[in-house]
Amino acid sequence: MNAPVLIAVMAAVTALLRFLPFLLFKRKTPPFIAALSRVLPPAIIGMLVVYCLKDVRFAAAPYGLPECAAAAGVAVVQKLKRNTLLSILAGTLLYMLLIRAVG
Amino acid sequence: MEKWPEPWYTVPGDAAGGDSGRNTVKKAFVTSLPVMAGYIVLRIGFGILLRNAGYGLPYAFAMAALIYAGSMQYVGIGLITGGASVITAALTTLMVNARHLFYSISMTGHYQHAGKYKPYMIFALTDETYSLLCDGKTPAGEDPDRYRFLVSLFNHCYWILGCTLGSLLGAVLPFSTAGIEFSMTALFVASFTEQWLNSRDHLPALTGIFSTLLCLLLFGPDRFLIPAMLLITLILSLLRVRKEGQP
Repeated sequence: MNAPVLIAVMAAVTALLRFLPFLLFKRKTPPFIAALSRVLPPAIIGMLVVYCLKDVRFAAAPYGLPECAAAAGVAVVQKLKRNTLLSILAGTLLYMLLIRAVG
Repeated sequence: MEKWPEPWYTVPGDAAGGDSGRNTVKKAFVTSLPVMAGYIVLRIGFGILLRNAGYGLPYAFAMAALIYAGSMQYVGIGLITGGASVITAALTTLMVNARHLFYSISMTGHYQHAGKYKPYMIFALTDETYSLLCDGKTPAGEDPDRYRFLVSLFNHCYWILGCTLGSLLGAVLPFSTAGIEFSMTALFVASFTEQWLNSRDHLPALTGIFSTLLCLLLFGPDRFLIPAMLLITLILSLLRVRKEGQP
């Protein structure tokens, strides 16, 4: 299959997945879904954190230490400053420094 | 939630007095900044990969504008170069992007008054945009729907910019950006921390982490997302049912 067709397919399926809940629950959101949608965000963000770290090799050097240290850095800066941009900058910089230090 | 009056057009600065239109743009821009660096640099990598696979600027632009989903775009390069069938592409997309169902479910409440902004906002709900908007908080005094629309739009623009820049730059980069992809992880950790600090009930957050870890161990890094989402949904539903049953 040629590229434009495949791109169209990927775009269509992705859009479908995004729109489906809004189409299904058009008139009124069932209370169960509404309740679920309140507790899902923290759970999903937790899932995404694990997802981002899924390929980290903890069994071999550097044992995932740069990732853990940098992630901890992000959390600490966020707690202290409550500023997402700052936390991300700090954590990313820390990570970039650490992988050069151990690499 | 307050419903803002909807004129058939919106001119920045005319509704709600004074500078509110421009202010919303500025605040949305600031919110989207953490995503900008990560998006632009990460997407450059995608653009380069795509170019090396033999597909240039129009393809980079199309994938960035229409698919607008990171992991899927990378997988997509493989599908295109491998000459996959329509069915394979469709099923792969379904598996890789199933988590977007959950993003949408979570946002049904927040987006219900978004009116004319709604279709685009739904279309543009990516991992990062979701993590910026899922707590439902918007700056005081600004139209929440326009704010969320603008954040979504800015993120999409950085995305397209990064992908096309990568395609143009080919393999030439002036400095080593190794490790900058961590900005995506950092974004989620920051978002997670913020949510944690804002809530008393940490069960959903812990459910998310441990369910996902468990599924990662059981199913491996390529197949764990869908079981993780199912497990999370199951546990959170059970927790809610138990809570409802209590006096």
